[in-house]
Amino acid sequence: MNEQKPMTEHPASPERRSFMGAATATAAGLAIAPGVMLYEVAHGKPDEQAASSAVRWGMLVDATKCATGCNDCVSACSTENGWTPAAESKHVKQAPQWIRKLELEDPLTQMQTNLPMMCQHCAEPPCVDVCPTGASFKRADGIVLVNRHTCIGCRYCMMACPYKARSLVHEPLNDTQKPDVPRGIGCVESCTFCVQKVDRGDGTTACVEACTAAGHNALVFGDMNDPESAISKRLREIPTKQVRADLNLGLGVRYHGI
Amino acid sequence: MASITFREVDGGSLKYWLLLGFFGLFVLFGALAWNYMHHHGHVVTGMDNQIVWGLPHVFAVFLIVAASGALNVASIASVFSQKMYKPLAPLSALLALALMAGGLLVLVLDLGRSDRLIVAMTNFNFKSMFTWNVFLYSGFFGLVGIYLWTMLDSSVKRYSKAAGTAAFIWRLVLTTGTGSLFGFLIARELYGTAMLAPMFIIMSFAYGLAIYLMVLAAAYAGTGRPLGDAVMQRLKNLLAVFVAAVLYFVVVYHLTNLYFAKMTSVETFILRDGGIFTTLFWVGQIVIGCVLPLIILLTGLSKQRSWIMIACGLIVLGGVAQMYVTIIGAQAYPLDMFPGLIERSSFADGVVHSYVPSLPELMLGLGGFAVALLATMFGIKVLRLLPAQLDDATVAKLEH
Repeated sequence: MNEQKPMTEHPASPERRSFMGAATATAAGLAIAPGVMLYEVAHGKPDEQAASSAVRWGMLVDATKCATGCNDCVSACSTENGWTPAAESKHVKQAPQWIRKLELEDPLTQMQTNLPMMCQHCAEPPCVDVCPTGASFKRADGIVLVNRHTCIGCRYCMMACPYKARSLVHEPLNDTQKPDVPRGIGCVESCTFCVQKVDRGDGTTACVEACTAAGHNALVFGDMNDPESAISKRLREIPTKQVRADLNLGLGVRYHGI
Repeated sequence: MASITFREVDGGSLKYWLLLGFFGLFVLFGALAWNYMHHHGHVVTGMDNQIVWGLPHVFAVFLIVAASGALNVASIASVFSQKMYKPLAPLSALLALALMAGGLLVLVLDLGRSDRLIVAMTNFNFKSMFTWNVFLYSGFFGLVGIYLWTMLDSSVKRYSKAAGTAAFIWRLVLTTGTGSLFGFLIARELYGTAMLAPMFIIMSFAYGLAIYLMVLAAAYAGTGRPLGDAVMQRLKNLLAVFVAAVLYFVVVYHLTNLYFAKMTSVETFILRDGGIFTTLFWVGQIVIGCVLPLIILLTGLSKQRSWIMIACGLIVLGGVAQMYVTIIGAQAYPLDMFPGLIERSSFADGVVHSYVPSLPELMLGLGGFAVALLATMFGIKVLRLLPAQLDDATVAKLEH
């Protein structure tokens, strides 16, 4: 006795056939889409548009214009790059700070100075020298970055940085991440000169925009290799210093009034 | 020359298994600590963005430094052809490998992304001292492994001196690399000096030999094999020389720093005002780690083996204190970006950074020690590394 019925008695109906077709297409779509999407979202620029050493991005900080108590540059950086401000963090001591306001006081004269401190984008970055995997790197245009895929979280760069510019992501990240600013637990991060904005062609950074919007105009960003850029002109006009100039690291951030 | 019989330890006794279990427990605690830190991130440790290398690094660097020092005894036997040390050499090589394994485990399990170890093994930046250390550590395993093989397999015994010499040169380069991890850093006042490389080498001599002597005495006491005073007295004299040399280097290092005005402030911090770091320096590193062991080793006290063991224990404690001061003390002192000015910020600029190690960090570090001791115990059970007897008569025959 054979209970199996011949196939011919139940031919696949047109409905069933179209369902199978749709299901296959969906499955194939699900399998391929993430790859396609990743390609769409996270692709590098074509070779001919790569960062060029003809450009040297830099920042001028005029400490004489940096206002006491103003934290606009820090807030703007946090918003643009998606890191939680230390004051709002559950773990203040371990919270990353890509940029911070520094108050200086001469104990003899009581002269006070305010300035933002962040990655100085050295021409000879100690963090890049010491990084065992090459995750810390300097782009041709002088921007110092961390490759999130190859950072192993050894923190040697943090030991090497004379400006304490780098932070380790100590805990799982919340959902404040920005699609064009990848971050990750266990990796080291720091100011990127808003590389996502620079590469979009904005020609400025979030902190500079905020400082200008607040009317302080203490920050200028631009190409230090271009003699006609606003930063180059300003750097010719006023005396500036590099922090810990004795280390001869060739900083991308210059300070006036310190 | 009289021949020496090497024999595995029996390892069937309750005592052996209990000790193995005891160390195993700490390995387990270490593994759990790593799992906890890896799952939650470094937020569950005492480390932060100011003290970026904490207690795990103290243990890891201590173990790595001690590892190369533990090879001393073997080096004296093979490189300097001291016959009395020949029977002591296999344990020396095994201990060196075990301590290195323990130290490296702690180091890599404290990475922010310890799951990316393969990245560290496949991406290299040859300007980084860390990269060089990756090769130095791997080479150490290879060379000391080969050296151990030449000691155990009579068919390759003729290569023993060559292998021993290669391992000796390699361990000197390796500890130079370990010291230079700090010596090649410009940011912090207490680093960035060539002194650190030779200082780490001499420290490795002392720490490694102290651990070796304790393991040797424990192994012979535990197995009931005879261990004569001739061996112990010779090695304890050597240990005294190493400890004195460590003290010399530390004194010269700090005196030189004190001479420079720009270093006065950070030296004052370590030597006088640094709280826990000052205490650990004077009480831990100097008194416990150098002065007391020297008193014991250079006086009649060291005629008794128990006192030699106490001296060795003190040297290890002092060594851990030294690493704590060297690694964490240097980070606790604020970076001086604007000399002469008072600095204030939300990021602890201008203030001494506090650090309270967490339990997982301690357990991870102790886990490294436990791995080293467990591996050593296992090694002497499965390999013929320990001479059946090292009484004075047997040792005397070796030298004639």
